[in-house]
Amino acid sequence: MSSNAPTAPAAGASRQPVFISLQTNDISRGIVDAIVADNPEATVSEYPAMVKIDAPGRLVIRRESVEERLGRRWDVQELHLSLISLSGNIDETDEEFTLQWGARR
Amino acid sequence: MQVDIKTTDIHPVRQTFAHVARRLGADKPASRYQEATLDMQPTTNWHYRPLWDAEHHVFDVRRSSIVMADWYTFKDPRHFYYGVYTMARAKQQEGVDKQFEFAEKRNLLGLLDDAARDSLTRVLVPLRHYEWGSNMNNTYCCAYGYGTAVTQACSYAAMDRLGIAQQLSRIGLLLDGSQGSSLDAGKIAWLSDPAWQGVRRVMENLFVTKDWFELFVAQNLVFDGLLYPLIFRHYVDEVSPRTGNALAMLTEFINDWYAESARWVDATVKTAAEESPANAARLAEWVGMWRDEVLRALGPLAALALGEQGTAALADVRAEFDARVARLRLAA
Repeated sequence: MSSNAPTAPAAGASRQPVFISLQTNDISRGIVDAIVADNPEATVSEYPAMVKIDAPGRLVIRRESVEERLGRRWDVQELHLSLISLSGNIDETDEEFTLQWGARR
Repeated sequence: MQVDIKTTDIHPVRQTFAHVARRLGADKPASRYQEATLDMQPTTNWHYRPLWDAEHHVFDVRRSSIVMADWYTFKDPRHFYYGVYTMARAKQQEGVDKQFEFAEKRNLLGLLDDAARDSLTRVLVPLRHYEWGSNMNNTYCCAYGYGTAVTQACSYAAMDRLGIAQQLSRIGLLLDGSQGSSLDAGKIAWLSDPAWQGVRRVMENLFVTKDWFELFVAQNLVFDGLLYPLIFRHYVDEVSPRTGNALAMLTEFINDWYAESARWVDATVKTAAEESPANAARLAEWVGMWRDEVLRALGPLAALALGEQGTAALADVRAEFDARVARLRLAA
């Protein structure tokens, strides 16, 4: 698992908080689980029909972690089916969806 | 007049069943797969032992020499419970039906040369009987296995094998213009063609293998792990161009299914091996023993299917299988 651990933000990278909020449903439950597993600093708050996740500096959603929890193939684009809102600059690949402010790694 | 919209937050009294919550360690929402799997099998309050096997309870961990502290450690990476499984297969079957319709409408397999038709009748059609045998074996694992985490997936695997047997039969019917003569020829080949007798002997030995976990390993990991790549990859790749690639299309589901099922088989074997060195040693012993048996049996079949390239194809399949087993840390 160590190779899959999220990379630490580069020195001097912003620690400004980013967040993502999702609708509460069966699929987003797996996504939230994956986020919590991959981002040790993330905090989860439950609201009516919504779940909001805050993280200092950087938040990453990994396709592989989500697939493991859903038990099926999951396209990172499917995130938008549950997405309510987010903050941060988005960096998106086939493997990961990353939120952070400022410089790219 | 002013309208204030207020939201009310209603919390459910409990998130999931108590027995699932106990396993998850807290009352938190569980997935449908967890709710349909964890502790589904009854364990207590039996009135009688079964008359047909008074030594054991109806569900009994002692029916296998594999020892697990908790049989619900197993997890199907596909998260299949009845609902998801049937929906997934129904969708795939629709695709298969379309492909067969297309092949039928264009008479794709009716236009073969005699050599290719004969080859398909002798190599592919007899596999119906192999699939039926696998259905029997997976049903046995479901019947005598312990814990819903394993047994429900075995039951689905058993149904899958019947489905694959049907698809192979349909290929046979496309070959003989729906006369059924290729199915008869295939059965005769399975029963008396020397090339098939090794495979048939191993299958019949599996029918009398008592330990259900050994049977699981022998059928789903070893037998399938060697026969499927040999036939559905090497052989199909070889013959398919002579069928205008109709054969590759008609066996596509079978290849997809094999890749999907292998994930479950590997996860299951790996979980048992990681439980204890004793389990790992036992599994490695089974893998080694059945691998040698199956390879011996597949020699003549590889020759029938691929002629002179049979030996090389089988060596290739074996190397791949050994790599897979090494990944599971069961190198025998």
